[in-house]
Amino acid sequence: MEILGYTFMQRALLASTVIGVVCAVIGVYVVLRGLSFIGAGIAHASFGGVALGVALNLNPLLTAVVFCVATALGIGTVSRRGHVSEDTAIGVFFASTMALGILIIGLQQGYNVDLFGYLFGSVLAVTTEDLVISLILALIVIGTVALLFKEFLFISFDPEMAEVVGLPVTPLYYLLLTLVAVTVVLSIRVVGIILVSALIVTPAAAAQQLTDDFVQMMILSVAIGVGASLGGLFLSYWLNIASGATMVLLATAIFFASVGFRRLRGASI
Amino acid sequence: MNPIIDIQNLDVAYGDNVVLESIDLQVQAGEFLAVIGPNGSGKTTLMRTILGLVDPLRGQVYVFGQQPGALGALRSRIGYVPQLMTVNFQFPVRVSDVVLMGRYGKLGLFHRPGRTDREATRRALEQVGMAELANRQIGQLSGGQRQRVIVARALVSNPDLLILDEPTTGTDAESTESLYELLHRLNDEEHLTIVLVSHDVGIVAQHVDIVACLNRRLVAHGRPAEILNSETLSCMYGDEAMLFGHGAIPHMIVERR
Repeated sequence: MEILGYTFMQRALLASTVIGVVCAVIGVYVVLRGLSFIGAGIAHASFGGVALGVALNLNPLLTAVVFCVATALGIGTVSRRGHVSEDTAIGVFFASTMALGILIIGLQQGYNVDLFGYLFGSVLAVTTEDLVISLILALIVIGTVALLFKEFLFISFDPEMAEVVGLPVTPLYYLLLTLVAVTVVLSIRVVGIILVSALIVTPAAAAQQLTDDFVQMMILSVAIGVGASLGGLFLSYWLNIASGATMVLLATAIFFASVGFRRLRGASI
Repeated sequence: MNPIIDIQNLDVAYGDNVVLESIDLQVQAGEFLAVIGPNGSGKTTLMRTILGLVDPLRGQVYVFGQQPGALGALRSRIGYVPQLMTVNFQFPVRVSDVVLMGRYGKLGLFHRPGRTDREATRRALEQVGMAELANRQIGQLSGGQRQRVIVARALVSNPDLLILDEPTTGTDAESTESLYELLHRLNDEEHLTIVLVSHDVGIVAQHVDIVACLNRRLVAHGRPAEILNSETLSCMYGDEAMLFGHGAIPHMIVERR
């Protein structure tokens, strides 16, 4: 375990744990509310935000937060106001924000930023600044979920009834989308833009197979998320393979094991 | 005394499609009203307008003297039982969790449910006869049990007005009977004002005091025995509809083509 002595490994461990927890918590709402595709759309939009940060010489994570939240709210607004389905709105934003990123990057002469690292993640290259930003964003997400736990549960379960009893359903929905966007951004340094939505959806989906209790589902999702991200980190280090991809494949393996487990139990739960 | 629900000259449209036209309807405190009409007659839309989920195109709606959008804290005086199929019963929650959600409006943002809320949950579950299944996962319940859970969710905030949308669709005859029994008890003993929507004229006519017949417009409004005649029914269901008396209970036949 001498690898734990390296600073880069300590940063990687902390970053992996943080995203394991936050992705798993938000993932529960994403899975139950059917927001998987919007999560993937927001993740791809973050490429535009990262490119913008590179062009403006700002920390790409900060520009990506602004960009992703704007995209999330844009998808929400267009699909609610216009004669456009949410599915279509995501499809339009998804591609256009990514195209914008490619355009901005192309305009940069001789850029030397590790874009590959943002696309596919490179947990060992996480800087202290990245880590601090991730931690602050993670605290914001977890704190908001803790404060509005019962409200997010209700709007995920029965949004119409939530409106009838007087909850501000639309603002809460936009807030939830914002939290998905923030979660995406704080995770892209570790797992990358392409794979982040898998790390949000898969642990929660696996947990859903194992329980029919909401709180238990969240606890299991966090356990699976942290297990997959830390397990993926060590496996990738020892086998010298891509860390983000290892985390996602580990989570996927747990998901299929959970599906099998539920079947073995006779799907009685 | 002011009516609990006061609807004046109401039109509602989805885009260009007018679904309710010139509706005038008052519901007095303590009344047990059924709104009946064929599928697509605007029954659910009328309930959604009363609840403030749909905005009127023209006309006025007042609930407890307020417009539905401006009810504020008065919202917890309304209990709503939506159509069963609009509720996701695969969601990982237990019976008591679902009922407790009916208190969230009263609780306000950020506040966690306390002893009063859990006590109210237990009482609401007892009222509908589901107390022993409080910890059951909702996906494991039968149709009739599911119905009683969402009725308990509506009752848990101690409302003065209960609105039910097609409460007996997908439940068996026994569950239907026991639901109406419960509604009568609430109406008689707790003076709850009840408005329910149904397409089943036969069942409704046996159980309620006042019927409003809806088919985009309000066709008739009054006691079942007085207004459920062939003229009213053909306005709602077309000329194939026939009504015949069978004891005190009106029955209806719609000829299939």
